Amino acid sequence: MSVLKREKTFSLILLGALLLMSLAIIGCGGSEKQDADSQGESSELSGSITIAGSTSVQPFSDVLAEEFMVKYPGTQVNVQGGGSSQGITAVVSGTADIGAVSRELKDEEKAENLKEYNLALDGIAIAVNPANQVSDLTLEQLKNIYLGNITNWSEVGGSDAVITLVNREEGSGTRGAFEELVMGEDAIADYAIVQNSTGAVKTIIETDKNAIGYISLAVADEKVKSLKIEGVEASADNVISGQYKISRPFIYITTEEPTGLVKAYLDFVLSDEGQAIVVEEGAISEILK
Amino acid sequence: MKKNKISEALVEILLRISAGASVLAIIIITIFIFYKGIPLILKVGIVDFLFNLDWSPTRGSFGIGAMVIGSLAVTLASLVWSVPLGIMTAILMAEIAPHKISGILSRFVELLAGIPSVVYGFFGLIVIVPFIRNHLGGVGLSVLAGAIVLGIMILPTIINISRDAIAAVPEEYKVNSLALGATHYQSIGKVILPAAKSGIITAIVLGLGRAIGETMAVLMVTGNSTAVPDSLLAPVRTMTSNIVLEMGYAAGDHQTALFATGTILFIFIVILNLAVNISMKAGMEDGN
Repeated sequence: MSVLKREKTFSLILLGALLLMSLAIIGCGGSEKQDADSQGESSELSGSITIAGSTSVQPFSDVLAEEFMVKYPGTQVNVQGGGSSQGITAVVSGTADIGAVSRELKDEEKAENLKEYNLALDGIAIAVNPANQVSDLTLEQLKNIYLGNITNWSEVGGSDAVITLVNREEGSGTRGAFEELVMGEDAIADYAIVQNSTGAVKTIIETDKNAIGYISLAVADEKVKSLKIEGVEASADNVISGQYKISRPFIYITTEEPTGLVKAYLDFVLSDEGQAIVVEEGAISEILK
Repeated sequence: MKKNKISEALVEILLRISAGASVLAIIIITIFIFYKGIPLILKVGIVDFLFNLDWSPTRGSFGIGAMVIGSLAVTLASLVWSVPLGIMTAILMAEIAPHKISGILSRFVELLAGIPSVVYGFFGLIVIVPFIRNHLGGVGLSVLAGAIVLGIMILPTIINISRDAIAAVPEEYKVNSLALGATHYQSIGKVILPAAKSGIITAIVLGLGRAIGETMAVLMVTGNSTAVPDSLLAPVRTMTSNIVLEMGYAAGDHQTALFATGTILFIFIVILNLAVNISMKAGMEDGN
């Protein structure tokens, strides 16, 4: 009898688990539907827009879109990646309402008669361990370090120690910007350590006194030392004035004068409220300064 | 009784569905991995993809040669120290240590198996990497750091399966060996270990499989450079790390190249599993 009883309990538990699972699934579906309904009812602005382009701008667009949708319930802002060039293609072809670009537009792109909105500026800090004696590099020296031509700190005025080169993974927006602004067409030495987050890059620089890496200017703090480039300090002011060379703009583009939801979104982004979000997320605002 | 029959039937159906679901999952995953990965391998050419040492996907060069070498280097280096250590621990637990101590050891091994891999990775990054950098040279993030962390991680697999294999050797083998005048250690070396051979090989191959498939811990301590390592102290990238590292932003051919890396890894694992099956089969025939 006890064996039978145990089997019964076992089967009951199994059935219970199954029931719970199905309830959970039904529950999820239900709540989503409700959300959609409540969104549809309550505001004058409605409809959906799509932003596509630079993966560097994407995290900013994500947060801005989220805040925008909270402010204007009933609207839907879709944010997609793809890269700066794809962003321009998408806007021109009409598959996206707003294109996101993280570089200056090329001449042939400007010829498309695009409207540009400077969302923010992004600077890249060259970070070394605080114990490092070097505090200034030229762009040429920096490039040669990442090419593997300069391998010892003594070659750029530091102590006699082999440089630990830290790189980001292929596809990373920060790496893309660094390659574009520093390396040009040349490839970074393949012996460089590769880490796939800013945090991991910083950890290595903090613990290895011979390491050099690049991180977004906004996340550079006193735990690492940001080098001067061509004698110019890596600071928001110097990025805005254009003196600090390793920086780039974040631009939203549209094909025509924006109206409706697109205009509302761009207005929000360029307002003090939107710019405050941009700064909080780590970029530099020209409007707020 | 009728009630029992109904619930009996329900449980059976549930079990069938569960088994079917897992088989279906494996089939779908297999199809998906090949469907996503094969086109790029064909486009690049299997030889070029496997043996080209230059990985610059955003510049159109897709060679995972350095990663294949990296995976093999880290895995073999970890086996070199963890296999002897694991087997010796297994012998101690199964044959030599008193029951009570063996039980305590067994708890510790279970604990070792239960630690999440990211914790091993963090330990490696904070303790092992600086130690290598300060005492052996190089940047610390290296083949050696990966081998140490991986070795610790696969010890439980090797110990548990080897111990079971040794414990499963029939008592008569040992008794007869001792009766013939062999010492305890001679019996272990000449009779028990040979009899448990296939089980121990299975343990090693499963350890190897776990090592080659491990991702997070390796990613954190090996430095992930795309160059072929020229020493144990050089940084290295494994196939698994390659996928996780670049998955985030990859698009187009770059993304398919990561799937293709997964395809190659999948084939490696299938070959390993076949090896386990063959060694187990050989073991059964030995038993007869």
